[in-house]
Amino acid sequence: MLGFLKELGMYFILLGKVFKRPDKGKLFRQQLVFEIDKIGLDSLGIVVIISIFMGGVVAIQTAFNIDSPWFPVYSVGFTVRQSVILEFSPTIVSLILAGKVGSRIASEIGTMRVTEQIDALDIMGVNSANYLILPKVVAAMLINPLLVIISMFLGILGGWLASTFTGLVMSAHYIYGIQLDFSAYDVFYALVKTVVFAFLITTTSSFKGYFVKGGSLEVGKASTRAVVQSSILIILFNLILTQMLLA
Amino acid sequence: MIEVKNIHKSFGSNHVLKDVSASFEQGKVNMIIGQSGSGKTVLIKCIVGLHEVDSGHIVFDDRDFTSMDYKQRKNVRKEIGMLFQGAALFDSLNVEENVMFPLNMFSDMPREAKIDRVNFCLDKVNLENVNKLFPSELSGGMKKRVAIARAIALNPKYLLCDEPNSGLDPRTSILIDNLISEITKEFNITTVINTHDMNSVVEVGDKIAFIFRGQLWWEGNHLEILNTDNKEVNDFVYATELMKKIKK
Ligand SMILES: Nc1ncnc2c1ncn2[C@@H]1O[C@H](COP(=O)(O)OP(=O)(O)OP(=O)(O)O)[C@@H](O)[C@H]1O
Ligand SMILES: [Mg+2]
Repeated sequence: MLGFLKELGMYFILLGKVFKRPDKGKLFRQQLVFEIDKIGLDSLGIVVIISIFMGGVVAIQTAFNIDSPWFPVYSVGFTVRQSVILEFSPTIVSLILAGKVGSRIASEIGTMRVTEQIDALDIMGVNSANYLILPKVVAAMLINPLLVIISMFLGILGGWLASTFTGLVMSAHYIYGIQLDFSAYDVFYALVKTVVFAFLITTTSSFKGYFVKGGSLEVGKASTRAVVQSSILIILFNLILTQMLLA
Repeated sequence: MIEVKNIHKSFGSNHVLKDVSASFEQGKVNMIIGQSGSGKTVLIKCIVGLHEVDSGHIVFDDRDFTSMDYKQRKNVRKEIGMLFQGAALFDSLNVEENVMFPLNMFSDMPREAKIDRVNFCLDKVNLENVNKLFPSELSGGMKKRVAIARAIALNPKYLLCDEPNSGLDPRTSILIDNLISEITKEFNITTVINTHDMNSVVEVGDKIAFIFRGQLWWEGNHLEILNTDNKEVNDFVYATELMKKIKK
């Protein structure tokens, strides 16, 4: 418990160092573009694949489960849309990114710590936490919502593909279903979650990497811990935000 | 000149530095020597503020570093170049970008001027045609030289080196030592080198501080150290057969 409180304290102190004006605006913008590329474009492939299949699976499962005359066929489209927008895209994609981006950030910063590159920055008078971490946090908070929006479209498209190719639902019914009772607030809720998750993933993993002590073994451990802890935080905050925004 | 006044530093119950006072002079290669684990790295990291001292003062040319806030320290740090034991080059940047990094961060020079400065610094450390290579493509000695080039990019007043020649062969070691010594004299820098390599001490040490069990045990120059009757210093200096033979 005491260890947890100490860690939490260190986390907030680090955030205090991170959220300062960058020493050099131009360098910050360069880093930001670089990180957007690394976090965003590099993850696009996996997001595309996962989203299409996710939508497809939800569609097929729903179609099989509503094999009852009481439910209209178009509810497949409706269910896919709702689950993809509300839950699958923001949460699953964030969990995937926690694995992919979180481990990269923790090992990159951790390696810089154990090879004294962070000390070298500090010596030069650079705010190392700000220089290394802020671009990653901002980049993820900007690019993850975009990834999630792409994922939403592809998830719904995946549902359509699965429905029509298996012949379980007719195209027109599916399309009717996905347009039924659409609420923009759901998308807003999903994007708020995504931005919060992006913040949690990048800050937690940076924190784990920044305070690594030892050598490459510890860097590996820190990167695993970064993924586990960001995933747990995502699930926890998913509950909190859902309670706050939907209830 | 850098002055260290009565500093103490502990990690938990491990009292590493016990009341160390020393002064490091401008235009000279000041050496800190001592056994492994005696606290040399801790001392050098205290000097630059990577470790906070428990008590005592670090003074850079009459400016008390220990009592400064973050902003004031930052201004002093721009005058410090440091060479780390493992070179600590930025992996994601090539040689040119590494050396240019402090210039990008703290100067408003136009790009051409920066490139000129980078080439000047790389030339100083006898490196040519490596501008576009990445740290992973360099040998240990080359990395050290790039790190020196990066450390002198902003014309530092103080240069601190933690074991500049660990892991290098004797010839390359001497090369690096002489390089640091030349740069020190040419630009009148206050240089502090942390080493346990007796070769470097004899070769380039203008002023030597011997640390023993966390205390400043002995001070002198490179001639005096060979002839002192201080037992601990002698044990350290004449630890190898080679040095014993030389003494005879
Ligand atoms: N960050 C730290 N946390 C806790 N203890 C430390 C830390 N850094 C150094 N020490 C301790 O301080 C003592 C001195 O270590 P230091 O690295 O200064 O030795 P050194 O003289 O540089 O040795 P070497 O020649 O092997 O580099 C050691 O007992 C070490 O365990
Ligand atoms: Mg050391």
